[in-house]
Amino acid sequence: MQRRSLWRRRGTLVLLALCLFLAGCSSALLDPKGQIGAEQRTLILTAFGLMLIVVIPVIVMTLLFGWRYRRSNSLAKYTPDWAHSNVIEAVVWIVPCAIIAVLALLTWKTSHSLDPHKPLESDVAPIEIQAVALDWKWLFIYPEQGIASVNEVAFPVDTPVRFRVSSGSVMNAFFIPHLGSQIYAMAGMDNDVHLIADEIGSYPGRSTNYSGAGFSGMTFEAKVTNPADFDAWVETVRAAPQTLTYPEGYEALAEPSESNPVEYFSAISPSLYESILRSFHTGGEHQMGGDHADSHDGENEKTADHAAESGHVTNNHASQDNAMRSHSSSVEVGG
Amino acid sequence: MFGKLTLESIPYHEPIIMVVAAFMAIGGIALFGLITYYRKWGWLWNEWFTSVDHKKLGIMYFIVALVMLLRGFSDAIMMRTQLAMAAGDAAGYLPPEHYDQIFTAHGVIMIFFVAMPMVIGLMNLVVPLQIGARDVAFPFLNNLSFWLFAVSAILVNISLVVGEFAKTGWLAYAPLSGIEFSPGVGVDYWIWALQISGIGTTLTGINFFVTIIKMRTKGMTMFRMPIFTWTSLCANVLIIASFPILTATIALLTLDRYLGMHFFTNDFGGNMMMYVNLIWAWGHPEVYILILPAFGVFSEVIATFARKRLFGYATMVWATISITLLSFVVWLHHFFTMGAGANVNAFFGIMTMIIAIPTGVKVFNWLFTMFRGSLELTSPVLWTLGFIITFTLGGMTGVMLAVPAANFVLHNSLFVIAHFHNVIIGGVVFGMMAGLTYWFPKAFGFTLSEKWGKRSFWCWFIGFYVAFMPLYVLAFFGAVRRMQSYPNTEWQPWMILAWVGAVIIMLGIVCTIIQFWVSIRDRKQNADVTGDPWNGRTLEWSTSSPAPFYNFARLPEVGDIDSFWSQKQRSEEQLEEAPYTDIHMPRNTVAGPVISFFALVIGFALVWHIWWLAAVGAVGVFVSFMARVFNDDIDYYVPAAEVERIEREHQQRVEAQA
Repeated sequence: MQRRSLWRRRGTLVLLALCLFLAGCSSALLDPKGQIGAEQRTLILTAFGLMLIVVIPVIVMTLLFGWRYRRSNSLAKYTPDWAHSNVIEAVVWIVPCAIIAVLALLTWKTSHSLDPHKPLESDVAPIEIQAVALDWKWLFIYPEQGIASVNEVAFPVDTPVRFRVSSGSVMNAFFIPHLGSQIYAMAGMDNDVHLIADEIGSYPGRSTNYSGAGFSGMTFEAKVTNPADFDAWVETVRAAPQTLTYPEGYEALAEPSESNPVEYFSAISPSLYESILRSFHTGGEHQMGGDHADSHDGENEKTADHAAESGHVTNNHASQDNAMRSHSSSVEVGG
Repeated sequence: MFGKLTLESIPYHEPIIMVVAAFMAIGGIALFGLITYYRKWGWLWNEWFTSVDHKKLGIMYFIVALVMLLRGFSDAIMMRTQLAMAAGDAAGYLPPEHYDQIFTAHGVIMIFFVAMPMVIGLMNLVVPLQIGARDVAFPFLNNLSFWLFAVSAILVNISLVVGEFAKTGWLAYAPLSGIEFSPGVGVDYWIWALQISGIGTTLTGINFFVTIIKMRTKGMTMFRMPIFTWTSLCANVLIIASFPILTATIALLTLDRYLGMHFFTNDFGGNMMMYVNLIWAWGHPEVYILILPAFGVFSEVIATFARKRLFGYATMVWATISITLLSFVVWLHHFFTMGAGANVNAFFGIMTMIIAIPTGVKVFNWLFTMFRGSLELTSPVLWTLGFIITFTLGGMTGVMLAVPAANFVLHNSLFVIAHFHNVIIGGVVFGMMAGLTYWFPKAFGFTLSEKWGKRSFWCWFIGFYVAFMPLYVLAFFGAVRRMQSYPNTEWQPWMILAWVGAVIIMLGIVCTIIQFWVSIRDRKQNADVTGDPWNGRTLEWSTSSPAPFYNFARLPEVGDIDSFWSQKQRSEEQLEEAPYTDIHMPRNTVAGPVISFFALVIGFALVWHIWWLAAVGAVGVFVSFMARVFNDDIDYYVPAAEVERIEREHQQRVEAQA
């Protein structure tokens, strides 16, 4: 009876491992469509493989020792007072330490190489798309093209894209599973993630961070096209009747809606993204024009604009720091 | 007069809630009627509710935890049913409004009102016995801690039928939990339930820390303490250090919600990132508060049933201490995707992985305790073996999540859900089930049915894999947590499989209920009068089962690790014939239940903005606390003659049995 159940247990594991591999064939994370996603898949599988060095022996030993040293087995050795062995202690400390050392190196390296704020190396000039999480939809702003869309984002294949990510509401996270890294979207914070797609196609994207009643429908489509089709898409958007003005049009759009349909805006107010960011840096501006807080905001904006032009990345933390500093200075006045 | 509370606050229009409420009402009335019919109110009040006996408090913690487990599990199976249905265009049967409350309640209940009371209940039952003490350092506080926890559980259950519960996720991330985005009373229920029970937990932490440091019996040096006591000590250090952070964080959120302040709001200088940091600065140590005592249980179980000394006792202790320290420097791994720089992410990722080292060492120590042992495959041992396998897999997925660059695609996905259920079910639940079975005879004087215990284990073990392995797979498809529905119908077969797993786990819970029923029915056959049913190694087995209220007629002396075991080997029990002495014991107190009742009044009143009632509650707490403070009649002596009588009766029972 015992023997059968032990086998059954191992059988379950094998079966589950098999399922995982079969599932890999059509899964977003194991079948990535961009450089970042591909590196992350390799990383996940490497870490998984490294840890199996410990995990498999542990499982085997558990079953083996549990069975061999069962009380009814009179053939097994029994040493009731044996409780220490320098050799075993050394091995059980050194092996995990060695594996973790390798993983730590890997972690340090990939934390830097796959840093979401790091621009991607490419011969193609990068483009910037600004994504704003709203209740419960995604607003995509194309500052260079002067257009915007809702719940649909298009960009050319093999072109680095810098997504600047913020929120007009609660915290969300911007994620296109096929392409890799997600990043939090937070009101008043200018976050960013660099992604690239190497295959034309349409990939689902969504918010991964729970944000309220309409969260499940907070999905969008990422259209990866060839450059000509991208230009055509931009023209389609430019032909749309709607425009997005700040603050009136934006405020109407920001009203909560669930499973919002795709929308196009042929024109937008200048510095729309920056205006949305700044709308949260409240408390003090009105009373103290041109004070410390404002000057910081201005600086923040300037660096950001500069980055958009040159394709260089600003130090995102510096801009967040600025945002926060302006906060703290304004708290005293506004609070 | 009644603040925000109106008759409309009761969700009549929600048939599911009304049916549940009806069942709870019928159950409650039946229980109330039975107690009244058998005239047990006086007994309950005098012997249990006002008791300061740590063993009785431990039992009461467990009873409340098991009831709340049923509630938390109902939430789980409702969620799994919803997700098995809501693929493609199907909306399922739970609208987001309701579904979001359920996953929030499930998380809050399972962590705060199931896992925590089980861990604390087990510490109550076992720690004083293991260190040879007659009670905890602060018996009244112990009773108060229990009641603060119990009234918080009541407050959470009130939210089911009066108003709503939070729709924010179990940690109520700001700004979603702020007044702007959650104007209802749900978050307020969350706030006050956690604040009241959090104060109780902090008091427990202080109480057990002092108990273990100061009240060990003669000869029990720190490095002779049983491992369960060690892990409890470390868990209590974590409670003392981390729960104040939770209290302060929730207090700041309260100021935001009640007084219009801006600690965590989007605008006016609020900073939601601060909230996330603070809540996890508590939240990560919290998971070690749960798992460390479970590690302790497995250490006791495996040594006892292998009839062998625990392999590498000192290593085990140092591994526990290093986990305790490391647990405070890893919190950022819960939000690598917030956008911190590469250096920061890499630091927290590597610190997290380092925890895997002492944990891995512990696993090997358990394995080498089995090695050349004589292992009796009882149900506690099955839970332990199941734990080692399951927890190792969970640890592996945990390390995968700890690699920041991998976390960028796994975060917020079902991978996270599968991972933490992998360690919490495989670690804490299996540990508590093992501990419950192992120490049950010490609490009640009879053993639990092995047959139904093993059935429960197999259901939980298989059910866990069937329920959660599909979630790992789904994460690779891009499925995220807290979705009420999903567009991709390819995911549905996996979701249905996960539902089947949940049903198998439900069978495990049913087996446990049957196990209690059968064991209580057959308690005469399964009676343990010797006090040592498993041939145990530590002091709790040296006294009778159930232990007398004073625990030990003569305080034991310790000269070794596993001192009771070595004492039995030398069989010097008979030598010990010193006369009995008077025993100093604490008196029962009504202060705990009364103060906690008023705390419940404050909590409920503040949820609904009924300010006069909150004032009444506050005055009640103050007056009853003062009455307790100025009461000098809090202790008494059990005369030596009485001790002798109780011990002689016990001796006669043992002889009758033999």
